Amino acid sequence: MSFIEVEHVSKEYISEGKSFPALKDISISIEKGEIFGVIGLSGAGKSTFVRCLNYLEKPTSGVVRIDGTDLSELKEAQLREKRQKIGMIFQHFNLLMQRNVLDNVAFSLEVSGMKKKEARKKALELLKKVGLEDKKKAYPAQLSGGQKQRVAIARALATEPEIILCDEATSALDPETTRRILEILKDINKEYGITIVVITHAMSVVEEICDRVAVLDSGELKEMGYVSRVFKNPHSKAAKRLIYDSERSVG
Amino acid sequence: MVGDSLFNVILSGTGETLLMVLLSTALGYFIGLPMGILLTVSDSSGIAPNAFLYKILDGVVNITRSIPFLILLILIQPITKLIVGKSYGTVSTVVPLTVAAAPLIARMVESSLKEVDKGVIEAAISMGAGKLLIVNKVLIPEAKISLLIGVTISLGTILGYSAMAGVVGGGGLGDIAIRYGYYRYETKVMLITVFVLVLLMQVLQYIGNYLSKRYDRRKA
Repeated sequence: MSFIEVEHVSKEYISEGKSFPALKDISISIEKGEIFGVIGLSGAGKSTFVRCLNYLEKPTSGVVRIDGTDLSELKEAQLREKRQKIGMIFQHFNLLMQRNVLDNVAFSLEVSGMKKKEARKKALELLKKVGLEDKKKAYPAQLSGGQKQRVAIARALATEPEIILCDEATSALDPETTRRILEILKDINKEYGITIVVITHAMSVVEEICDRVAVLDSGELKEMGYVSRVFKNPHSKAAKRLIYDSERSVG
Repeated sequence: MVGDSLFNVILSGTGETLLMVLLSTALGYFIGLPMGILLTVSDSSGIAPNAFLYKILDGVVNITRSIPFLILLILIQPITKLIVGKSYGTVSTVVPLTVAAAPLIARMVESSLKEVDKGVIEAAISMGAGKLLIVNKVLIPEAKISLLIGVTISLGTILGYSAMAGVVGGGGLGDIAIRYGYYRYETKVMLITVFVLVLLMQVLQYIGNYLSKRYDRRKA
């Protein structure tokens, strides 16, 4: 049994009486400690997919199992508890603008019920981990994009999650900053054995850190396999297009 | 009326006005803040969508907001009398002022809370935050500057309304302006009360602006 199991998941959005399929019958298994990539162009359904993994979006049909637990069987409070073990970082960082850096990291701990004083102490340790100890009193508006994402990573790490979901986490960052963020993700994967799911439209990100990759296109799973294989020998049109485009943009 | 007595009249009128405005705005927030929060969370894009609750609150706010204050003042006189014991005077005016302030404040709170970045709310949900925690630790703190500006606008609007209460003997500066200035043709008194009202408004606005600049963390 895999650590994250997605079985025949479909998701439809209803808008003005019409239904729009965002995910069509997706089945993916992700192993513990793996860095798994999900790549696709915008509108491919990858953001919806990653939100199904912590039930920010409930699938219309199909099953999502995390460490053997079917998320649909959890009650509201149990789901909240489960989410504390699934960290998430975002393209636009989503930090609290009116809290300083230290209190932003402490926030996830406060959510898990820790007292503020204790939360701050632990938050400081995590800031050291991401190299932002000296910025603890700063507010997000005073930080660069890369620094904000490091704060978000510290915040996600604080609750000692088993999984970290990255939703286009480096898409708003320049290549150099992207590399540093990916380095940090790689480190925490190695050090804590945290399973990481990376959603991206950039081949370079997948190439840099992922073990395996799934290619999504128009809500369908087109291809899945080890990164080296998919790169060398893409089977699907969608994968070929993504690889070709990325090579062209680099060259 | 000259000298000391005029000064005393204006002074006590200012005191009455401040009492009315501060008390009814505070009571207005007591009712309007929870209403605004409920409007925000129960809206279709909120964290606890509830079309039925939203429609009811929305309707109540719209109806009360569309009644001109002067009409409201007279309309609810029986209720005012029931609560305070009489329908005229400073304390009595607090009742219609509160009734006018609450829906205005509810709307203002709603609009402030809806400005909060959806991404931040989503992040909180992804951490396992419950609805109450999101309201207390995300929505309100993140919207605090906008909420503060809302307080300033509410105080200013209620100050304006309070002056209208003078028409029905409501007490305060508006009352003085009407009694001395309008009925007795003492233009000087009217001008002085208007001047004091303008001054009060300026001071409110200044304090509001200062605090919102001082505590806004969104700037680099």
